[in-house]
Amino acid sequence: MIAEIGLAALWLSAALAVLQLVGGFFGARDENNELRALVRPAAVLQAVLCVISFLCLVWVFVITDLSVKLVASHSHSMKPLAFKISGAWANHEGSMLLWITVMAAAGGLIALIERRLPERTMMATLASQAFVAIGFYAFILLASNPFERLSPVPTDGNGLNPLLQDMGVSFHPPTLYIGYVGLSVAFSFALGALMTRNVTPDFARVMRPWVLAAWIFLTIGITAGSYWAYYELGWGGWWFWDPVENASLMPWLAATALLHSASVLAARDALRTWTIMLGVVAFSMSMVGTFLVRSGILTSVHAFAVDPERGSFILALLALYIGGALVVFALRANTIAEGQRFSITSREGALVVNNVALSAILGIVLLGTLYPLLTEAFDVRVSVGPPYFNPVSAIFLVPMLMVLAVGPLLRWRKDSLSRVKWPVVVSGAVTLAVLVAVALLAEIDILPLIGLALAAGVGIASFMPLRGRRLRRTPLAIWGMCIAHFGVAVALFGMAADSAFQQERLVAANVGDTIEIGPWEATLQSISPVAGPNWTAMQADMYYSYEGGDLMEGHPQARSFWAPPGETSEVALITRWNGQLYAAVGNMAEDGRWQLRLWWKPFVTWIWYGGLLIALGGALALVGRVVSDLRRREAEAQGEARAYPDEAEYADYDDESSVPAAETQS
Amino acid sequence: MKRLRYTLWFVVGLAAALFGLFAYQLSQPKDEFVHSAMVGQPMPAFDLPPAVESRPGLSSADLADGTPRLLNIFASWCIPCAAEAPQLEALERAGANIVAVAIRDRPEDVNRFLAIYGNPFTRIGSDDISEVQLSIGSSGVPETFVIDGNGVITYQHIGDIREEHVPILLEELRKAGS
Repeated sequence: MIAEIGLAALWLSAALAVLQLVGGFFGARDENNELRALVRPAAVLQAVLCVISFLCLVWVFVITDLSVKLVASHSHSMKPLAFKISGAWANHEGSMLLWITVMAAAGGLIALIERRLPERTMMATLASQAFVAIGFYAFILLASNPFERLSPVPTDGNGLNPLLQDMGVSFHPPTLYIGYVGLSVAFSFALGALMTRNVTPDFARVMRPWVLAAWIFLTIGITAGSYWAYYELGWGGWWFWDPVENASLMPWLAATALLHSASVLAARDALRTWTIMLGVVAFSMSMVGTFLVRSGILTSVHAFAVDPERGSFILALLALYIGGALVVFALRANTIAEGQRFSITSREGALVVNNVALSAILGIVLLGTLYPLLTEAFDVRVSVGPPYFNPVSAIFLVPMLMVLAVGPLLRWRKDSLSRVKWPVVVSGAVTLAVLVAVALLAEIDILPLIGLALAAGVGIASFMPLRGRRLRRTPLAIWGMCIAHFGVAVALFGMAADSAFQQERLVAANVGDTIEIGPWEATLQSISPVAGPNWTAMQADMYYSYEGGDLMEGHPQARSFWAPPGETSEVALITRWNGQLYAAVGNMAEDGRWQLRLWWKPFVTWIWYGGLLIALGGALALVGRVVSDLRRREAEAQGEARAYPDEAEYADYDDESSVPAAETQS
Repeated sequence: MKRLRYTLWFVVGLAAALFGLFAYQLSQPKDEFVHSAMVGQPMPAFDLPPAVESRPGLSSADLADGTPRLLNIFASWCIPCAAEAPQLEALERAGANIVAVAIRDRPEDVNRFLAIYGNPFTRIGSDDISEVQLSIGSSGVPETFVIDGNGVITYQHIGDIREEHVPILLEELRKAGS
């Protein structure tokens, strides 16, 4: 019964999406069309029904209703409750339902909250959102129904892939999806603005918080995913350039570029077509990523549903939406008037460099991800890995980080470098000093060396925009920017330090042996069997001491699951402020010794702290923008402020300006 | 503006080319196997002890005596290996000389396996640490290699041998002998 309710709710949502599309289409053409009144309620109701449908799926997983095929093939009555719940989306059908739920929720939220856009643009936006959603409803309902029944009912389920039986999976996919699919909003806004020829600074201000929200979730999702891969796969790496990791990175790069170019559009009415283009590209990258993952066209650890028929379906959707958007773009872009001009040495100029670099890295990652596919068409099998991605992206990353240090200090429109001479000299000097010092003291590769130096320079430079400001009066958005940029430096430092100074040992140890690794001594005390709810494991009881200090415990396990059968490595992590000791236990050799794998990873945790700081910066900026927007609305309602302050003042108010003008006025 | 327009159509064309590539790759049968880079290369040198008492062990010298052979990589714990046993017997009846390497196995288990599923092998080497398996580029069990009379690997079959593969293997064996 519950499964049927879920399915019915999903069909109803699909029908509402059609209504939203039709109403939105006519509403966008003619502001007085009566169908217009249906659009917002349809979007909101669609969101509610989708959430109901998703909850139904979670519920059948919670009660392990084995008559539902999806439950039978991916769950098991013995599984802990948390993993029963996360099992609902740790499979193809469930994850697509999560996808459409997020998409409907995003559309519903816009319909409910957003009142600042001209009505016609809003209608076109909601119509685009519905248009994209309809394709995915069709995909779920026709080709991957999560509520399909099974007869006869099996006695128990197949269980969940042991790798996915981890708290990380409860958290990582939903967060990532909110970000990933949340970008559909940018796509719809871009198309809406394009179709109604309304690419204005106001439009950019409306779009920005929505993109920012999706981007925050995407940042957290990627960070969490990286940490999950790090401790769950047991390989000690935190980024593998796996096609699916790239699929989440590409929308992030596009969205990051979009956020920065939207700032230019909001403050200075420049980069109009470019901003629209990025809006289209960001969500297109989400869809391409979904296609790559779900079609099984590339081999990846995430490819849990390899089905060419589904692949063809998604490909058709992809061609329709991305191709359609690009064609609309090509037809309409030249009707958008050129924006304001600006000099190279200006805030806009720096942001353009940032955009070019981010787009170039996006192109590099896309090329590297698709290259095996391209050569395979000519019967050559290659795999593209870090030797390509790391140095080639560094070519653009290094100049981008240099500009990141300087750009926020520059004024809009036109500025001179001599005005910001001192902060630039200070950060440059720090970068050089670290570069020389590290190069003299340690023998490390060139990329980590540059990384360490730039991390130091950017770390200092990221707080330079606060110079000369009264800190308590500095808008939250500026704090957000500084913290996000600082997060970049922190993450970069973690990456560089880990790859430069990490130590690894693979040993066969007897019980009682002590292994030295870096500043650590690890002792294998005993090996004992332990049992969990649906697994058994050999657990190594180990004691660790840092530079001869206090003993710390950590218990790496080699786990065997029985439903479905599989093995995972549960690593032991000893975390200090300056790094992590990473221990994994393998099999017993024939002579009774145990395989132990130990890594000392200096500052590796900073990678994820950095990622979280970036997200925190985004969150502060979002709160700052929303609060200032609410205040402005309040003021407008009371008639105290002019409804449309002119551009420069607006920019100050929004604090797009680098000049602390607000303070001199007060 | 005109140039912008051309650039935009170029982007549309690029996307179309990308979708074309995707569509082409989707329509291609997906080959999940990792083929050995050793095909066309001589066998690496090895010398394996016998896996069971009833058959001698296997060394690389045994494979370079002028007779083309099939080399079957199997294990008693491997279910597809049991499934392909009738096809191996058919190959033997058709005149193929088949040698085998048992991977990570125990003599009593191999004996039991051969008693149930038949023993078409002239020699069975015991590879307890997968050294020979890895050195000839085999990534799992079962796999079957064609070795010509000079000890050169000429063909690799990955996975269990189905009925339709028997003529293919015989043809490869014939080619290796000529």
